[in-house]
Amino acid sequence: MTAVHATDGLLPGFADPVLDSQRVFRAVLEATARPGTLVELPLHLEPPAPLDAATAAVMLALADYETPLWLDGTAATDAVAEYLRFHCGCPLVSDPAAAAFALIADASIMPPLAAFHAGSDEYPDRSTTLVIQVATLTAGEPVELSGPGIRDSARLAAGAFPPDFPRWVAANHELFPRGVDLVLASGRSLAALPRSTRLEW
Amino acid sequence: MTHATGYNFAYLDEQTKRMIRRAILKAVAIPGYQVPFGSREMPLPYGWGTGGIQVTAAVIGADDTLKVIDQGADDTTNAVSIRRFFARTAGIATTERTEAATIIQTRHRIPETPLAEGQILVYQVPIPEPLRWLEPRETETRKMHALADYGVMHVKLYEDIARFGRIATTYDYPVLVNGRYLMRPSPIPKFDNPKMHMSPALQLFGAGREKRIYAVPPYTAVKSLDFDDHPFEVQAWDQACALCGATDSFLDEVVTDDKGGRMYVCSDTDYCGRRREAQEAAQ
Repeated sequence: MTAVHATDGLLPGFADPVLDSQRVFRAVLEATARPGTLVELPLHLEPPAPLDAATAAVMLALADYETPLWLDGTAATDAVAEYLRFHCGCPLVSDPAAAAFALIADASIMPPLAAFHAGSDEYPDRSTTLVIQVATLTAGEPVELSGPGIRDSARLAAGAFPPDFPRWVAANHELFPRGVDLVLASGRSLAALPRSTRLEW
Repeated sequence: MTHATGYNFAYLDEQTKRMIRRAILKAVAIPGYQVPFGSREMPLPYGWGTGGIQVTAAVIGADDTLKVIDQGADDTTNAVSIRRFFARTAGIATTERTEAATIIQTRHRIPETPLAEGQILVYQVPIPEPLRWLEPRETETRKMHALADYGVMHVKLYEDIARFGRIATTYDYPVLVNGRYLMRPSPIPKFDNPKMHMSPALQLFGAGREKRIYAVPPYTAVKSLDFDDHPFEVQAWDQACALCGATDSFLDEVVTDDKGGRMYVCSDTDYCGRRREAQEAAQ
């Protein structure tokens, strides 16, 4: 397939929607099952700015008409909204607490995690999954991770986040089994911080 | 890749797969919690692994190698037909060797060969709710899970001790996952429970009729419930496997005649067969 370089107009999604969705899902599953592990995007994708390939791929693989999506100010461009509406068919919502997925294109000015839906005690799965695009997954401030999926300990050096981010994540972990789950994306790499993971800064 | 025409890759449609995939991701994020999902009708009856097969269909990709076991055996009807189902609808490779598989769908056993990082074990689950026989109302069991109120299960195990002098539950033995959720490990013998604890493999559970998916991530604490004075213990046999001589595997009792003759053989056919091959090669 020849790459499309149009700056206006709709950009293509997955070249093979069936197998590419499966590959990206497995990458997210691997990242979620082993928090802190960096997983490389297994395909090529050219999403509209300001989305990175990994960020867009997660949305294409997991979002559809059943998942209301919230976009942060940076992601909420016409091109991104059109791209996601066309390829995923997902409704866009303005209330972060009503979203099944939240796409955050600029982590440094992201809203607090408490702004999103944390699920209920009876149904903790009905919580928002945040897909956060970060500047780096390797050159940020290193964090020690522990919890399910981690044998001894793992390290992740993602950044940059707002100064209060460690406090938000600790409060989110404290809520367990309620809480939001974070998928971090940068360039072609993915990592995940599910609510079960404890972070030490 | 060749697969049956007229069907999507791995049978299920893409929207169904996405819905199941989202449920799996939430299940992994909340170890032991049962995520409700929109279970589909599958071309096999409930009780034959409709939950496991939907989880496998959502997870499996063109590069995967699938192993399917039924009570440890690769060559029983259920295992053969599910393996063939995916060979035909997804065109994927299948195997009987535990270590060669990337995905192992299982009915009621965990292979004897230790699992490795990167492998996914998919359990077929008949009844996902560990408290169901103690409290039939879903609204109540949901509240009990929300409050981590599992006293009733300890009472049940205590009643076993009061009646029989020991915990008489031998399969589907309740476990506590990551110190939080009470979970039914599906009807695996309690012999297999210790293999779930800190397993390097990802464990996914699918219940088709009951429409639940749950998971145990790799390296997660899975504790079988017990009491300080009645610690959890697994079955042991006086016999070794009559075919391969293994003393460390789960043995099935096979009646051989109508005069009380019987033999004990490994339930894991791959493990038993490979041990015999190695013994023959050594001779």
